Amino acid sequence: MTLYRDLTIRQKHIVWAWAFLAIPALFYGIIRFYPTGTAVLISFQNWNLLGSRTWAGLENYRELWNDPVFWKVFRNTFAYLLIGTPVSLVLSFIIAYHLDKLRFMHGFIRMLYFLPFMTSAVAMAWVWRWFYQGVPIGLFNNILASFGIAQIEFLNSTTNALPAVLAPAVWAGLGFQVIIFMAGLRAIPTSYYEAARIDGVGWWTILTQITLPLLKPTMVFIVVFSSIGFLRIFDHVFNMTTNNPGGPLNATKPLVLMIYDTAFNGFNMGYAAAQTVVLFTILLIVSLIQLRLLRSE
Amino acid sequence: MAVTDIRPTAASVLETKAPARARNMGQFIRWLLLFIGGILMVMPIAYMISTSLKWPHEVYNVNLIPEEPTLENYTYVLEDGRFYLWFVNSIIIATITTLSNLLFDSLVGYTLCKFRFPGRQIIFIAILSTLMIPTEMLVIPWYLMSQSFGWLDSYWGIMFPGLMTAFGTFLMKQFFESVPDDFIEAARIDGLNELQIWWTVAMPLVKPALAALAIFVFLGNWTAFLWPLIVTNSVEMYTIPVGLSGFGDEADVAWELIMTGAAISTIPTLVVFLIFQRFIIRGVVMAGLKG
Repeated sequence: MTLYRDLTIRQKHIVWAWAFLAIPALFYGIIRFYPTGTAVLISFQNWNLLGSRTWAGLENYRELWNDPVFWKVFRNTFAYLLIGTPVSLVLSFIIAYHLDKLRFMHGFIRMLYFLPFMTSAVAMAWVWRWFYQGVPIGLFNNILASFGIAQIEFLNSTTNALPAVLAPAVWAGLGFQVIIFMAGLRAIPTSYYEAARIDGVGWWTILTQITLPLLKPTMVFIVVFSSIGFLRIFDHVFNMTTNNPGGPLNATKPLVLMIYDTAFNGFNMGYAAAQTVVLFTILLIVSLIQLRLLRSE
Repeated sequence: MAVTDIRPTAASVLETKAPARARNMGQFIRWLLLFIGGILMVMPIAYMISTSLKWPHEVYNVNLIPEEPTLENYTYVLEDGRFYLWFVNSIIIATITTLSNLLFDSLVGYTLCKFRFPGRQIIFIAILSTLMIPTEMLVIPWYLMSQSFGWLDSYWGIMFPGLMTAFGTFLMKQFFESVPDDFIEAARIDGLNELQIWWTVAMPLVKPALAALAIFVFLGNWTAFLWPLIVTNSVEMYTIPVGLSGFGDEADVAWELIMTGAAISTIPTLVVFLIFQRFIIRGVVMAGLKG
C-alpha cells in the first residue's frame, strides 16, 4: 500500500475528490437510486402492507388501465396543468412587462406580487378554503351577496371545485414567475429597442418581434417549472378537501392524492407504486419535450 | 436661466407636449392597475392576519380592519401547546436540513467543478438524473425503509430524504465556476490541504449563492407537507404544516382559530422576507436562472 505522501499530485486529487464524494455518493445511492428501483419493483407486485407480498407482473398496470377513478384523476391532473400553466404564464408576463416599465414604487409593488410565494401552501389552502365558503361565512360569497349577486358554489360543485383549488396554487406561484420574467426582460440588450425606435416601429411589433422571441428561454423555463408543479399538485387539494379528499366525487383529485390514498389509507403498495411510475413517466415526457424545445433554439 | 438659441415653437410644443401628457397618463394608469393588482395579491395574507385578530362574532364581516383587535386567538392557540411544539419541530428540521444542504451540496458542487478524477462524469450524470425522479415516487420506498429501520415518527425520519439535493449541488457548481483556479493553486502552494482550500478559500467567495440556497432549502422544508404527513404519526412529531392541516379539520368552523394557526405558520417567513427582501429576490433570480 502506498502512503499518501508518495502519491503524485494527480493521484492525491483523486483521493481527495473521492473522500469528498464518499458520503454524498452513498446518500444518492441509498436515498435516491435504490428507492427508485424499489418503487418500480413494487409496482410489479401485489403488496398489502399488512399482508403478503407476491409477484403480480403487469396486474397493477392492467388494474390502473381499467380503473375509472384513475382516468378521472388523470384528466384532473392534466386539467390542473392545462389551465394552470397558460394562465400563470400569461398573467405573470403581463405583470412583469408592465412592472418593468414602472419606476414609481417599483420595489414596493414587486414585493406585493412576490409575497405570496413566501407563504406555506397548507396555510394558504385553509385561507382560500374559508374564502370559498357560502354566505355568511366565506369572503367571496359575502362580497357577491353585498352586491346582490347570486352565490357561487365553489368547493361543493363538481365543475367549480377544480378551478377553485387551482386558484391559490396559481396565486402562490405568480410572484416567482414575475421575478424570473423581469430578469429575462432586463437581459435583453437595450440596443435592440433603440434600433427599433430609430426605425419607428410600434410597441406591438417590438413586443412580438423582439421581446417575446428573445424571452423564449425564460418562457420555456417557466412553462416547465410550473408544469411540473401543477402535475404534482397535492398540498392545496388535500387541505381544501380534507372532509372528502379529492372530492366532490373525485372532481379535484390529482394523481399524487390518489397515490397517497392508495398507499397510506388503502395500504395497497403495489397499486400505489404503479401510479407513481405513471407519474414519473408523465413528468419525464414533459421534461423531454422541454429539452426538445430548448435544443431547437 | 440660460438663453437658448433654439426656442421651442408653439407647434413643436404642442407636438411634444401632447404625447408627453398621454405618456404620463398611460404611465399613471399602468401604475394604478399594477398597484391595485398588487393589493389584491396580498389580500389573502391580509385577511388571514386580520381574521386572526378578530373576535368570533366579527369573523364573518368583510371589513379588513378588526373593530376591536384582540390577541385572544393567539393566546388560545398557543396555550394549547401543540403549535409551540410543531413550531419548534419545524425550526429544528428546517435548520438542520439547511445546514446539511449548505455543507454537502457545496462540497459536491465544488468537487465536480474543481477536480478532475475518474468517475467524475458518472457522478455528475447520476446526480443530474435524480432531478428527474419525483419525490412522490420515492415516498413509498422511503416509508418502507423508515419502517424497517425504525425511523418513522422521528426527526431523522422527516429529515433524511432532504439532506442533500441535486438542485443545490448544481446551483453551487455553477457558482464555483466563477472562483478562479489561480486562487486555488495559490492556496495549494501556500500549503493548505484540499479541505482547507474548499472551506477557507472557495466557500467565502460564493456566500451569495450559499445564502440563496439556504433560503430555498429552509423555505422548502418549512412548508413541506407530503413526506412529513406520511412519516409522522404522533402529534408531538408533527411539523407546522402537518399540524395545521389536522388542526384545521378539528377546529371545524372556528375560522378565526384556523386563520391564527395559518398566520403562525406564515408570519415567520414573511418577516424574514420583508427584512431581506432585495437579497431574497436576487437569490431567487440566481437560483432560478442558474439552477
